[in-house]
Amino acid sequence: MSEMKHVLSVLVENRSGVLARVVGLISRRGFNIDSLSVGPTENPSRSRITIIVVADDESYEQITKQLNKLVVVHKLQDLTNDSYIERELVLFKVSAPPERRSEVIEIANLFRANIVDVGASELTIEATGSQSKLQGMEDLLAAYGIKEITRTGKIAISRNSKERS
Amino acid sequence: MSESKWQMMGPLARAGAPKGPGSENPKQGQRMTGAQAVVASLEAEGVEIVFGYPGGHAIQMYDALYDSQVIRHVLARHEQGAVHEADGYARATGDVGVVMVTSGPGATNTVTGIATAYMDSVPLVVVSGQVPRAVIGTDSFQESDIVGITMPVVKHSYLLKSVDDVARTFREAFHIAKTGRPGPVLIDVPSDLAQEEVVFEYPDEVSIPSYKPTYRGNARQVRAAAALIAQAKRPILYAGGGIVSSGASELALKFMRDLGIPSVTTLMAKGAIPTHEPLNLGPVGMHGSKYANRALNESDLIIACGARFSDRVTGKVESFAPRAAVIHIDIDPAEIGKVREAQVPIVGDLSIVLGALIEEVESSGSVPDTRAWVDEVFAWRRELPVLDPRALEVPGQIVPEVALAQLSGMLDPERSIVTTEVGQNQMWAVQFIDREVPRTFLSSGGLGTMGFGFPAAIGAALAFPDDQVVCIAGDGSFQMNSQEMATAAVNGAAVKVVVLDNRALGMVRQWQKLFYDKRYSATELEDNPDFVKLAQAYSWGAERVTDPDEVQGALERMLASEGPYLVDLRISRDQAVFPMVAPGGELGDELAAGDCRADEWERAKSESDGAAIAGLFDDDGDGDEL
Ligand SMILES: Cc1ncc(C[n+]2csc(CCOP(=O)(O)OP(=O)(O)O)c2C)c(N)n1
Repeated sequence: MSEMKHVLSVLVENRSGVLARVVGLISRRGFNIDSLSVGPTENPSRSRITIIVVADDESYEQITKQLNKLVVVHKLQDLTNDSYIERELVLFKVSAPPERRSEVIEIANLFRANIVDVGASELTIEATGSQSKLQGMEDLLAAYGIKEITRTGKIAISRNSKERS
Repeated sequence: MSESKWQMMGPLARAGAPKGPGSENPKQGQRMTGAQAVVASLEAEGVEIVFGYPGGHAIQMYDALYDSQVIRHVLARHEQGAVHEADGYARATGDVGVVMVTSGPGATNTVTGIATAYMDSVPLVVVSGQVPRAVIGTDSFQESDIVGITMPVVKHSYLLKSVDDVARTFREAFHIAKTGRPGPVLIDVPSDLAQEEVVFEYPDEVSIPSYKPTYRGNARQVRAAAALIAQAKRPILYAGGGIVSSGASELALKFMRDLGIPSVTTLMAKGAIPTHEPLNLGPVGMHGSKYANRALNESDLIIACGARFSDRVTGKVESFAPRAAVIHIDIDPAEIGKVREAQVPIVGDLSIVLGALIEEVESSGSVPDTRAWVDEVFAWRRELPVLDPRALEVPGQIVPEVALAQLSGMLDPERSIVTTEVGQNQMWAVQFIDREVPRTFLSSGGLGTMGFGFPAAIGAALAFPDDQVVCIAGDGSFQMNSQEMATAAVNGAAVKVVVLDNRALGMVRQWQKLFYDKRYSATELEDNPDFVKLAQAYSWGAERVTDPDEVQGALERMLASEGPYLVDLRISRDQAVFPMVAPGGELGDELAAGDCRADEWERAKSESDGAAIAGLFDDDGDGDEL
């Protein structure tokens, strides 16, 4: 069966142990989480977890049904087929000796990224955006030598004005 | 009692309101410790009995329990026993079973019991003591992260953080345990919190916005189901444990009788449809009868009611019931479409949905014509008995099937509860013990927990002290919780245990015999204790039977005894459970000649290598003696 990427937005209670329940349930059923991010929402008693999993339709249906059964889960939105905005923040530590520094800065500017730290022979760049933008930037920076990458994991929001469950 | 059993379930349980006085409890508004609030909460819920075992971090809750005028505490001899006892109580009554244990090892000992209840959707509230909040996470003495450990096997769980949350948490826990698809809920109570003071305010209502089970089936789906039923030529009701949980037995029976639809039952549905209902074809699946399996497999419409297409029922899924459309009714949406696609999925409580469905079919005036189908399945039943009668005649030996049929005849179906252990004993009990009333057959279906049946019988006996409660056990399973003989003796639970003693882990040995070249690795229990002496050591009555002619008398003495009683029935090690669909095999492809018509029997006997038949007669030369 063909596997597909799913972007899940899960509205949960903002309490200790909740993330463990959600993540445990997914991993228990044998799925790898591609990306995960979590943070509080406009309502301080709720958090939103954005999860990206790759699964076939049947397994995916089982995961969502099981997630819905968790008492701590308020709402589950599958954004995959919706119009949605997806963002991620990435920090790149790029090798940039003085003679090539300006080239690297130019690339950062091109992608509207910020230089957040300058070392003797390296620059740290903060970038946000869609997956394709970040991938494009990473490809260009690779030529200079990327020493370290760290990512927040993707967050997503539907373009619809009202949430659907 | 049958009347009360029918009524015990239903709308009240669905609403999830406290069975007890709730906010009108006499302690409302009083100042008390957290531990006293725990006990007051249980009282407000109407809890009459708590099964448990104390320890350092539960000592304050136990101190508070000591003062309770309404709650009886039953001291188990192992926490696993306590959970199975509460589980047996819950299965027999339909109420929430309650357990109290200490932290660390006390809590970890409950895990198998909780998992057993979870798999069979049994409502439990398990209260565990925990180390003080300040030292949680420091590996302090007798600390275990029981909330973490049990996460995959609870419906929900709580670690109490504030004494102000005690009452609300208990209300929520009971509500969650018994509504929707029932299940176990754990509450972990740090011992410092148990000491703090609080004004006890028990709520009647719960507000859990994220928990809203669906009870009413979608009307359009009900109409679609009715339309499928009206057209069906070979419909069958596939009855599962959900019928018991929702108290829908009478409705299911009405559905079958009004519409002329036969049923097959899962292990969990034993008793949900009376054995003696002619339209009920009884147990289905791996050890189901050939006729029941054939009826399910050859149907054109499966109406699955609170059943989940377990691999023990379907056999090889790909070839299961190839021509059947499926109407799947379940309160848990995650069960629908999980294993077998449903043409008409209906999420809801059977006690509501089945009523709506009957109404819909009858008001539309298009009741299916199933006469030819019913005649056909009845003919299969006549021609394909569960076992060839000759298999039941083994001179000089006690044949377990015969012994259980004897026992069945001695039990008043309305006034008896039968529990089973796991293995051959369980399958023989499903096949040969008749049950006419729901909640009178208690068995670990989903987890298949050896050691469940005996403590569960104690829980049931304490719930219904005037009923006969009999546990059908294997010699292996019984030893998994035999320490609970003390619990039964001390608490006046007059349970009866029939050990089908084959000095083997019979079911595993049967698989080794059939599929592993008779390599009996670790399945022979030659060094069993003397069960009669063991029982007597706990002040039980007990006797051993080796002669088939003495079975009747022994069972009579057992049932007549005032207190707990054990009968050690020595059976051959080579007795096997048939029919059998080989693991991974196809339904309709039952192994064993023993269930065939005479000509098939002869053919199978000459064709097979004897493995299948050998289970019925010890003629394979391994010289097993009694
Ligand atoms: C706790 C547990 N351990 C192991 C098993 C695997 N198992 C299933 S049936 C069985 C044999 C049971 O033997 P016994 O209780 O003597 O019953 P019999 O099959 O002989 O009737 C075993 C070991 C199990 N179901 N539960």
